[in-house]
Amino acid sequence: MALYSEKVMDHFRNPRNVGVIEDANGIGEVGNAKCGDIMKMYLKIEDDIVQDVKFETFGCGSAIASSSMATELIKGKPVSEVAQLTNKAVAEALDGLPAYKMHCSVLAEEAIQSALADYYSKKEATAE
Amino acid sequence: MIYADNAATTKMSEAAINTMLNVMKESYGNPSSLYGIGQHAKEILEEARVKIASVIGADPGEITFTSGGSEADNQAIVSAAELGRKKGKMHIISTAIEHHAVLHTLEKLKKEGFDITLLDVHENGIVRPEEVEAAIRDDTCLVTIMYANNEIGTIQPIREIGAICRSRNVLFHTDAVQAIAHIPVNVKDDNIDMLSSSAHKYHGPKGVGFLYAKKGIRLTNIIEGGAQERGKRAGTENVPGIAAMAEALQEADTHMAENAAHMAAMRDKLIAGLREIPHAALNGDAEHRLPGNVNFCFEGIEGESLLLLLDDKGIQASSGSACTSGSLDPSHVLLAIGRVHDVAHGSLRLSIGEEITEEEVDYIIKSVKDVVGYLRSFSPVWRDLCAGKTPFIL
Repeated sequence: MALYSEKVMDHFRNPRNVGVIEDANGIGEVGNAKCGDIMKMYLKIEDDIVQDVKFETFGCGSAIASSSMATELIKGKPVSEVAQLTNKAVAEALDGLPAYKMHCSVLAEEAIQSALADYYSKKEATAE
Repeated sequence: MIYADNAATTKMSEAAINTMLNVMKESYGNPSSLYGIGQHAKEILEEARVKIASVIGADPGEITFTSGGSEADNQAIVSAAELGRKKGKMHIISTAIEHHAVLHTLEKLKKEGFDITLLDVHENGIVRPEEVEAAIRDDTCLVTIMYANNEIGTIQPIREIGAICRSRNVLFHTDAVQAIAHIPVNVKDDNIDMLSSSAHKYHGPKGVGFLYAKKGIRLTNIIEGGAQERGKRAGTENVPGIAAMAEALQEADTHMAENAAHMAAMRDKLIAGLREIPHAALNGDAEHRLPGNVNFCFEGIEGESLLLLLDDKGIQASSGSACTSGSLDPSHVLLAIGRVHDVAHGSLRLSIGEEITEEEVDYIIKSVKDVVGYLRSFSPVWRDLCAGKTPFIL
């Protein structure tokens, strides 16, 4: 049996939405290099829709695949829907992750929620 | 495919496979049975013992067959601890970079009241004999130090340490799992009292190894239940495995000099090539090193993704990254030589075999350069390093 599902390996080998959005209006970074995984998410939100999303990840195969899958799940979606994204949805979309790698999907959820929180706090600051 | 994980295990040699098959087909008797085919199996067993003993400079009666290196380590340490306990000597000296077969056995003994000193191996991954000498106390019953490290390949000054132990009348055990059949090991010349070995590290089968214990050292059983191995290791002997181990060891020993010369040349070419990658560093001493071991840390990337992408390119290697260990901590060996967590996660071990060619080495260098560059291209850690937000360590 392989370590990862075909889907994990596909997203790991050909990660979607890799890179940086220079004019992102929501950026979130989670994890630390000590535990071995860092994810950074860049969101470009317009009219309450995630128009664009990109990621950078330092981490293992499942961390890269989780980041990639998470970006696919939220691209083009309204922020209200993005706020509901769970790590479980990311893991399921990848046809599952080994039990000891589930924290990678948690990190993807946290990175997106952190970018979303950044978007809202920036929006609030502008409104003030 | 380029198999560069020979420190994990090796491919069995044709001679070892043939020996094993022949014994399984023709000599299936139980060595403890008194009829012909039983006694024939017994002969095969004893011939293997003689072969193995002669390679390492021991007497056949000093060899006990085990299920592998881990069992041999366990039995050696527990035996020395029991001998010490009887004399009220409950102090053991070892190093921070031992295999877990040693470290976990020592942890168990610690719970039983033993005092354990783990010596520093410094930045080069090598123990200093004078520090062994200084650590020996009146109640020290054992010094156990590995011959060569499985991760970073460093070779310890075993002969000097053995001499110190002899002069201080302390038992000396060495886990020689990575050393036997790769570099010259002789228990007499090296002043070794006990030594562990595993067949699958030198093209023998898995699940078989041996413990050398100098005559007069009373072994404590780990497995009870029979008179096999002079009553010190119960269980019907793995005759096919043992015969194949002896064959593999003898074969490797015969070709050791030429194989080591070729591998060391290929190793040095690999090291030189990988050193061209910026912000990378060799782990462990460059000179006192196993001929087949290369171990690097690359800043800004994580080891597991490096291994998976190398596997896609047909190269099998390993890493000390936490992600490959199933725990949150990276390799205890890399931490012991002073690599911080962030850097230790980006480690790569290539353990090459005798058959490696110069073209394959070139291909490995190119592949590692490509994969490291690719992973760095979308690593937030690398971005911060390049932007000067965090300082480079390597």
